[in-house]
Amino acid sequence: MAALTVLFTVFSSANAFAQEAAAAATAKPVDMGPVHQNALFYVLLFLLLCLFIAIVGKALKVYELTRETQGKPEGINWNTVNAVIFALFLVVGLYGVYWEYTVHGTMITHMHEAASEHGQRIDEMFKLTLIITTIVFILTHIVLFAFAYFYRASDKRKAYYYPHNNTIEKIWTIVPALVLTLLVLKGFLTWRSIFYKVEDPKNRAINIEVTSSQFLWEIRYPGTDAIVGKKNYKLITAINSLGIDFTDKNSLDDLTADEIVIPVNKPVRFILTSKDVIHSFYMPHFRVQLNTVPGMTSYFEFTPTITTEDMKTKLNNPKFNYILLCAKICGANHFNMQKNVRVVSEKEYQEWLTKQTPYLTNDLRKAFNLPVPVEAAAPAAKEAPADTAATAAKVALDVKNQLALKK
Amino acid sequence: MSTISLHDTHHDDHGHGHHHETFLTKYVFSQDHKMIAKQFLITGIIMAVIAMLLSILFRIQLAWPDKTFPLLETFLGKWAEGGRIKPDFFLALVTIHGTIMVFFVLTAGLSGTFSNLLIPLQIGARDMASPFLNMLSYWFFLTACLVMMGSFFTQTGPASAGWTVYPPLSAVPKAMPGSQIGMTLWLISMVLFVASSLMGGINYVSTILNMRTKGMDLWKMPLTIWALFLTAVLGILSFPVLVAGVVLLVFDRSFGTSFYLSDLVFGTQILPNEGGSPILWQHLFWFLGHPEVYIVIMPALGISSEIISVNARKPIFGYHAMVYSLMGITILSFIVWGHHMFVTGMNPLLGGVFMITTLIIAVPSAVKTFNYLATLWRGNIRFTPAMLFAIGLVSFFISGGLTGIFLGNASLDINLHDTYFVVAHFHLVMGSAAIFGMLAGVYHWFPKMFGRMMNPKLAYLHFWVTFICAYLVFFPLHFLGLDGVPRRYYAFTEFEFMNKWLTVNVFVTWSAIVAALAQVAFLFNFFYSIFRGKKAPQNPWDANTLEWTTPVEHLHGNWPGEIPTVYRWPYDYSKPGAEKDFIPQTVPFSQTMSSNLPHDFEGNEEAERIQKEWEATNKPVQE
Repeated sequence: MAALTVLFTVFSSANAFAQEAAAAATAKPVDMGPVHQNALFYVLLFLLLCLFIAIVGKALKVYELTRETQGKPEGINWNTVNAVIFALFLVVGLYGVYWEYTVHGTMITHMHEAASEHGQRIDEMFKLTLIITTIVFILTHIVLFAFAYFYRASDKRKAYYYPHNNTIEKIWTIVPALVLTLLVLKGFLTWRSIFYKVEDPKNRAINIEVTSSQFLWEIRYPGTDAIVGKKNYKLITAINSLGIDFTDKNSLDDLTADEIVIPVNKPVRFILTSKDVIHSFYMPHFRVQLNTVPGMTSYFEFTPTITTEDMKTKLNNPKFNYILLCAKICGANHFNMQKNVRVVSEKEYQEWLTKQTPYLTNDLRKAFNLPVPVEAAAPAAKEAPADTAATAAKVALDVKNQLALKK
Repeated sequence: MSTISLHDTHHDDHGHGHHHETFLTKYVFSQDHKMIAKQFLITGIIMAVIAMLLSILFRIQLAWPDKTFPLLETFLGKWAEGGRIKPDFFLALVTIHGTIMVFFVLTAGLSGTFSNLLIPLQIGARDMASPFLNMLSYWFFLTACLVMMGSFFTQTGPASAGWTVYPPLSAVPKAMPGSQIGMTLWLISMVLFVASSLMGGINYVSTILNMRTKGMDLWKMPLTIWALFLTAVLGILSFPVLVAGVVLLVFDRSFGTSFYLSDLVFGTQILPNEGGSPILWQHLFWFLGHPEVYIVIMPALGISSEIISVNARKPIFGYHAMVYSLMGITILSFIVWGHHMFVTGMNPLLGGVFMITTLIIAVPSAVKTFNYLATLWRGNIRFTPAMLFAIGLVSFFISGGLTGIFLGNASLDINLHDTYFVVAHFHLVMGSAAIFGMLAGVYHWFPKMFGRMMNPKLAYLHFWVTFICAYLVFFPLHFLGLDGVPRRYYAFTEFEFMNKWLTVNVFVTWSAIVAALAQVAFLFNFFYSIFRGKKAPQNPWDANTLEWTTPVEHLHGNWPGEIPTVYRWPYDYSKPGAEKDFIPQTVPFSQTMSSNLPHDFEGNEEAERIQKEWEATNKPVQE
């Protein structure tokens, strides 16, 4: 009863909405005539199908009843019918799996190779797991459906009373346990090699900060000092969207970028933060994913191995681009939160870097009481050194006071 | 003990029809476990239909993102203005589909229905330990459903932060429209639901532990009861943690606390919350959330164990192993929640630990699968509709379980997390498998519930279309995930690399529509058979368990006379030497001398002696 009321309210309010919508739609009237005809057509089609099924059902019943009255055995042995369909399902299904693996499997863009060092290890792990699971998948299904077919009910046979066999049970406990141990061990080593990195002083990773918010990624490069300066969400204003703390001298030379450009074969360390909700920093071609969590900084370090240009030729797709997307539900535009990623040679990277603009604008200099250069376009980085240390503390205080006042 | 026997006699009176039942006490505020089971089932079915329709709506959006469907506007109004579902509403559809399916259909609809129906009937009790609590459990559940559906009628729409409602997205009302009143209703609904499932769970556990009939020791219980028992234990231990999490989220949303919130800026507005962690919610949520998937699948596994054994006319292979593997799953399921959080940025050491515990849980699952296969081996399989669905369950459990080995591996999860691979995985292993378990149970115990039979031919049609379509829907989705397509995407049109999957999406959506239409066969069969189905015999499947010793016509108290005594385990099918191919649990060994095995007497020397004497005198006759 209660359920009926639910249904009833669903429909009645749907009507209410329809009326509301109809009122709103007076400006641009849609001719609903053909739409309704179309819907009616499909409903009739479905009813026709139901009628057909009902007729078949009745025909079967009549057939069976006549057999019964004539004293003949049951006309259709449904056990056999179902058993045969299981057997067919097995054969067609196996072909279907083969088709899926070969057709949809090859539609995967990055099937061929991962574009990062650790990605190749992940792919190895993946292939091993895929091989083992596919074997188990196919064998168990063959057994399942073959048993269904061969042991279908028959009056001539009796089932074999076989309640348990400890030896067999031990075997099929231990064998999966061993196989899983292998997978766990390999998985654990792979996992360690990804997240436990020892810093190599000769080959330091490039730090790049990524800040997510609804629905964009903001990229910050560290500038010449290779250190991304401090930031504080409380400093966020319309002109300082990341809340960069320019009293930290490491911030002064930080660069803003429209896209992520990274040099090939050099480790990069992404510093991941978020301003509003949780997003997920996901770059499938590099096998990189980590959530960006507000209030918590996380890091992902990896080494790209294939430049965008090389990948274009490898995939024979001149339009190919590496991509950064958001993998954690974050709101209405979750589906379109992207950033281009380019992997280039070291030389191109350095060239590109010189063209990027510093974060520190004149407006920000004023806001932080930093000296404004006479020539607006002068590179900020070189002026930074001497005066900052002394003024930094003072400025910081000033800024905080200002903020406190604003509150 | 004395209280229990008192209880029994009390119900005997009911059984003899001494008390007056009105329509209201019989059908609405019923305290009879069989009626409550039907209430749970029918509510569950209605919620399942609603959730299925929601999924068809978002599948339409995914398949034809550029097309307009003016009819959608007729039904959905402002949420599909111009005939196209809006992104916010898309997320609401996904969220509510997940919430309804996981909690209302596969927890309450499955476990609620069959615990209520089968526990008293299969252990030999007159009713639940606390019939009143049992009734409350249903009414809390129904209220939870109504509150959740009510959120569709709010100005800003239902909760839409995904069924896992991660804060800050769910906590900050301005993060998305669904996080306003819709989210509040979601949280209220969830508290009601947990209250319902705790009342149910406590009742199930106390009934099973205290009210088994004479002779029904734990190792003589059918596997359904074992599964429902362990499920209830799991629920009692894990659901309160969700309530704790939900209460903290309510505080954050409504009272300005900062349990989950810190360092938040929307646009340029800086929120005052400090010191909280969004990750805390994930720990609390998944501490329930992971046991929850076993709460969903274990009753289905128990049901299929029973059905496979009955219809293969064979004892379930490795009864003890089946119970121990259920226990193993129960215990392990508490220490694997972190595998949902490999890429949250939590300490990688935790990732390693959770990977190990997660992959260990595959072992008991594998044992169960192999035992099912061994039960089928050399059986005499009757393909009743229930049996078809049980076999379908085994197939889904294998297919979906194997992809779990990928996702449980932290290093592979980096690239697969939150992609369609995950969607495909859990829709097979806990979605389709659990639904098939539920349908198998409905077809099997329908005669017990309604005293009538369902039409088997319509059921065959229902099974085959659903089984095939479920694979057509979910198998291709794995490949989208492997290509890096994230889940909960409103459209695949914004990324060049996703365009190639649009045709696959169309195919998947059509398969889903066909699968949905096939459910009409079930719904018709179900509701028609309640009133017009063929009258059921007392034991239509020749099964051993106690529920088939009750009369077809329901009576309050289940058995008209004394509750039968149990002498043997429930799986004596096709025992050599027996007259028929089944020996009900109520048949004492003294009546089956020709089929007794030394193992049956569990070391009772007197019984063994009598058996030996009998064999000595009767052997020539047997030859």
